Amino acid sequence: MAENEVWVYSENKNVCLELLTAGKELSEKLNVPLASLVLGHGVKDVAEELSEHGPNKIYLIDHASLERFDSMSYAAAIETIVKQEKPKILLIGATKRGKELAGRLAARLNAGCMSECTEVDIGDDGSVIAKRAAYAGMAVATEKCKSTPAIVLLKPGRYEKAPSGGKGEIVELSLEIPEPSLKLIEFKPKEIKAVRVEEAEVVVLGGRGIKKREDFQMLEQLAEMLGGCVGCTRPIAADLGWYTEWVGLSGVAIKPKLYIGVGVSGAIQHVAGIKDSKVIVAINKDPEAPIFKSADYGIVGDLYEVIPELIKALKEVSKKEG
Amino acid sequence: MRVIACAKYAVDVSELRFDPSTGEPILAGAKMKLSDVDKRAIEEAIRLKEKHGGHVTVLTVGPESAKMGLREALAMGADEAYLLVDPLFEGVDTLVTSLVLKKAIEKLEGFDLIICGEATSDGYSSLVGPRLAGLLGIPQVAYVKRIVEVKDGSIVVERDLEDGYEVVEVKLPALLTVTREINEPRIPPLPAIMRASKKPMKMLSASELGIPSELLGQDGSAVQILEAKAPEIKRKGVIFEEMPADEAARKLVEALIREGVLGG
Repeated sequence: MAENEVWVYSENKNVCLELLTAGKELSEKLNVPLASLVLGHGVKDVAEELSEHGPNKIYLIDHASLERFDSMSYAAAIETIVKQEKPKILLIGATKRGKELAGRLAARLNAGCMSECTEVDIGDDGSVIAKRAAYAGMAVATEKCKSTPAIVLLKPGRYEKAPSGGKGEIVELSLEIPEPSLKLIEFKPKEIKAVRVEEAEVVVLGGRGIKKREDFQMLEQLAEMLGGCVGCTRPIAADLGWYTEWVGLSGVAIKPKLYIGVGVSGAIQHVAGIKDSKVIVAINKDPEAPIFKSADYGIVGDLYEVIPELIKALKEVSKKEG
Repeated sequence: MRVIACAKYAVDVSELRFDPSTGEPILAGAKMKLSDVDKRAIEEAIRLKEKHGGHVTVLTVGPESAKMGLREALAMGADEAYLLVDPLFEGVDTLVTSLVLKKAIEKLEGFDLIICGEATSDGYSSLVGPRLAGLLGIPQVAYVKRIVEVKDGSIVVERDLEDGYEVVEVKLPALLTVTREINEPRIPPLPAIMRASKKPMKMLSASELGIPSELLGQDGSAVQILEAKAPEIKRKGVIFEEMPADEAARKLVEALIREGVLGG
């Protein structure tokens, strides 16, 4: 039996590599094995690849019912093996699918679950401790979980991906797994951008002050000059559909060296996603916009006048340097 | 169609203040309201009733003051509301909250659909909905941005995931969590607010729900908050205003050069 092991799981391989880094720290502190779960159908290659990034073991469940991610059948599969093997900690990537899975699984196991965590550690008494954003990102909470297993949802992008090294043993398990309970009718993929906003060094981010979709071209031009990329707030993506992802508490969190918010009012949910930026710049015509309270530099003015002038000023600087 | 909407009466985070010396939130007397996304869960339940007929019940686990939020839900068009209130329900984790909701739902006359918000505005764990579905043993669909079609015995919904939009059909009874974009909640007119005071609002305690006390409160919670503090934010706050745009732009560029954040 695998009592007290540290397990990691994410449906996203890259997130899983981050979890392996966090999991390694915990398993070394506890002096127990680290294992990664791989669920799906025809996923032996994923298991092989992950086994070379630090875990002592891979638990592989390859089953036709797991072909597509379905939080019900995936939770049922993990519930069965957790009851059988009794791990101490289960780290799950806090993606949308991960949170949906973890909530259901936690209920089935009557276990505690700490969501949206940015750090995880072992306390002096051996309990699992995690830090997370609280009150819409305005505070940092430290939480402790006393159940076994302790389920921790770890936010993507907080730990480095585990380097390759070692070779974990692949343990294939065969289980009874219920059919997926959702019937897929259509999947409309979102466009995946070449540069991901969470990895960009400079982010020029547009909010509701931008009136038309075409006006984002101005931001694209500015971002390109600065070697960065464009992002947006939730209303621009989720309500207007001009972009597919947004920056903020409910979207992605960013930590570029330079953030320029253009026509962004600075709702706390948005600020929660940018507060780790090195330098924050705000451009807004409303001097009372809350974003100015979180900014290092601000320009109170009409973005339609300020952005062209900013592009001009940057051109002059690069001319001088060139 | 019998629909249950679960809503939290939460701290209004946009009004929340922190003690400058300790960094801790000042929760005593803090303004509270129905959590934004949960209000959309209530609105969606009411829209389903208006379109397909049926009955809407709203459930809240919260303090006595949450009656204000439930009155608002009744004024919006819900038929009945339950406030699950007990000192043992205060300061609990999602394990206990979902257990309390489950016990209350078992006392009702059955349901076809449960709707929750994708996350509450204060806690933001996104766990109570999936936990409740797990406890009740019914299927769940999280992050629903649109109800496409209600069929006989099933529902078709579209949900918003990181890499795409998924349209799925799920058998009823089921639980949905909905996103902010699903609707814009109505503001009830005065006559509706007046009528709402005559609609049934019931309060249920731990003993009325038949939950043993050891499963509640801090003892029953698996997760305990050790501390919550606002980190000190040190931002420069240099604002260029009341000057022409070209001057402000130049000054900003100069400042960014000094910061060393321009160029690779």
